[in-house]
Amino acid sequence: MEVKTAKKENKAIQAPTTVTGAEAVIKCLLEEGINTIYGYPGGAIMPVYDELYKYQDKIHHVLTRHEQGATHAAQGYARVTGKVGVCIATSGPGATNLVTGIADAQIDSTPMVCITGQVGSHLLGSDAFQETDIVGISTPVTKWNYQVTKASEIPEVLAKAFYIARSGRPGPVLIDITKDAQFASLDFTYKKCTGIRSYKPFPKVDLSQVERAADLINSAKKPMIVFGQGVILGGAEALFQKVVEKAGIPAAWTILGLSAMDTDHPLNVGMVGMHGNYGPNVLTNDCDVLIAIGMRFDDRVTGNLEHYAKQAKVIHFEIDPSEIDKNVKADVAVLGDVKETLQLLLGFLQPKNHDAWHQKFKDLYKIEYDKIIKNELNGKQEKLGMAEVIDEINTYSKGDAIIVSDVGQHQMVACRYAKFNQSRSNVTSGGLGTMGFALPAAIGAKMGMPNRQVVAIIGDGGFQMTIQELGTIFQTKVPVKIVVLNNGFLGMVRQWQQMFFDKRYASTELINPDFVAIAKGYYIKAKQVTERSQLQEAIKEMMDSPEAYFLEVKVEQEENVFPMIPTGASVSDIRLE
Amino acid sequence: MEKKNYTVSIYTENNIGLLSRIAAIFLKRHINIESITASKSEVNEVMRFIIVVEVTEEQVKKVAGQIEKQIEVIRAYYHTDEELIFQETALYKVNSAEFVEDLTIQDFIKETNARIVTVTPKFFVIEKTGKRHEIDNLYDKLKPYGLMQFVRSGKIAVSKNEMPISSILEDFNTININS
Repeated sequence: MEVKTAKKENKAIQAPTTVTGAEAVIKCLLEEGINTIYGYPGGAIMPVYDELYKYQDKIHHVLTRHEQGATHAAQGYARVTGKVGVCIATSGPGATNLVTGIADAQIDSTPMVCITGQVGSHLLGSDAFQETDIVGISTPVTKWNYQVTKASEIPEVLAKAFYIARSGRPGPVLIDITKDAQFASLDFTYKKCTGIRSYKPFPKVDLSQVERAADLINSAKKPMIVFGQGVILGGAEALFQKVVEKAGIPAAWTILGLSAMDTDHPLNVGMVGMHGNYGPNVLTNDCDVLIAIGMRFDDRVTGNLEHYAKQAKVIHFEIDPSEIDKNVKADVAVLGDVKETLQLLLGFLQPKNHDAWHQKFKDLYKIEYDKIIKNELNGKQEKLGMAEVIDEINTYSKGDAIIVSDVGQHQMVACRYAKFNQSRSNVTSGGLGTMGFALPAAIGAKMGMPNRQVVAIIGDGGFQMTIQELGTIFQTKVPVKIVVLNNGFLGMVRQWQQMFFDKRYASTELINPDFVAIAKGYYIKAKQVTERSQLQEAIKEMMDSPEAYFLEVKVEQEENVFPMIPTGASVSDIRLE
Repeated sequence: MEKKNYTVSIYTENNIGLLSRIAAIFLKRHINIESITASKSEVNEVMRFIIVVEVTEEQVKKVAGQIEKQIEVIRAYYHTDEELIFQETALYKVNSAEFVEDLTIQDFIKETNARIVTVTPKFFVIEKTGKRHEIDNLYDKLKPYGLMQFVRSGKIAVSKNEMPISSILEDFNTININS
């Protein structure tokens, strides 16, 4: 292959040094400013691990207990830092174990570079030991992938990999390197990639579209914003807040947009989507202008598209042209990085407030509060509820913590109740819904932001999907806080079985082990809470712990998450019970 | 929305694996590929894929968008038949005995502007280039005589409107040299 990159030189070319392909991989990582990586060794990647041994003072390699754990840890790291997460695995099963994490990173636009070893190039296609076509397997779930068979390709290919992973709409890249390419020598020089002729990560902003958007917003009577992760990925949080405040528009978030704006901001009206807040869901079908910013109209957000915001003019701010009109037709599409487009928009906006309209959100919140939130927070039922636990964590975190949630009921509750006052603080598997995400992602998040409190909220089902990463926590002594909300069920599936399958609880009840004993087996401080009276003390002890801490909370077994938009229903038909 | 034939023209870098990446986009959406060709294009080192699908315009628009999003795809266009000049080529292998004995076959060939490519004592190979229905027409005529083999190429097409790949590539170079 010839990698087509821009001709422009960034700096004087260093004198080449002769190194092996394996050492070149490490030198590329250092050139890209990478100092923490996650992985698992094996036959076809051993030359790279041999170099990691030599470079261990420069690169911290975290040995996870499973390659999937390495991907989620790299994702957690990337999500909180904005840098590219890196993971390494061997060929065959090592590589295939990465696939879930790669798919998760793809759908949630997380920058990640995965490096896999591959059998020697003379063995390719021979069904050699641990040979698998990982380039073929990962094609539909990577932003880009490539197989290196010559050592001399490594610097240029890895430079391109990092550029692609982080530019435009970020995503995962997989580079597969044959073992002979790792052993062979090359003259190493590194030049960061600054452009690829067939790749257009930043669409040119069309000022007239920004003006059209501003005109619609300025004349709107009932405007509503729905923002997603694009605001975070574009580093546009402060700018976004200025737009919201100047135009006085109620702003709701998608699950991945959470924490881009303080949860206590007066114009933050909560979450949209299946288990989102009542107001923003209902009023989606009442607003006159819907302003979507850095979000992609996922089906969990829109419910039935036939009845989604049909009355509204839709403005879509988006960096990825293929998202425009994909699910919801935009009346005005503003292509570009939101950091650029929102800056332009701000200049055209007239200062406004929409108090009467905003009041509608507050009124609907009051209904939701009285019917659901009040009861969930005040512990009306005998057993502890999930919301009480999140609320207690809020009390101690004051919105400063990074909350890493897994997938299911506890995730919805965590996102509904957690308070945030900093961006990049909500780490969860949104698009793919990957159970087992949170424990390893919390490891990466804590390593990426060592000075911040990182709390993983996990269900008893998801916890057991990557429970082995307790070993990584023990070995690295990374002080993450782990809360398992144990209801003895795969709760979200059970809730659907209750509501839509006449309570036929097929394979959703879990007979669980002694989680505290398991955590203690890994020498992690651990405690179990079964009564409401123990909760406050236990959360305090956990939050104050300088070391990793495991807290199991036995919660109500058959609690349901509401509000809820049943599948196929319209957002405004959201149910409160 | 009405389904019809759309021809997707994709200009790409020449890289291993890109065919599979593009095919996966159709697979993910459960769209059957009617025909596919890949070849060099008019631009040095740039490949051109021509893929025919029967879908709605909305579907083809989204698919083209997803294809264009791939890193090594320079540009993806889609066209209806009316917007294209297109041809297919087919080869028909016919038993020589039948061919020599039945003069009507020879008449078909003349009538349809087909061409004899090879003659051997055992078989003849006939070539026909044209529209799909013309190729089908000759196929139907030859079929009763016992076609030994038949193969048809994918559609190849050029658009009536311009597809300015060279200038897209030049723009890239200018932007990157000046910035």
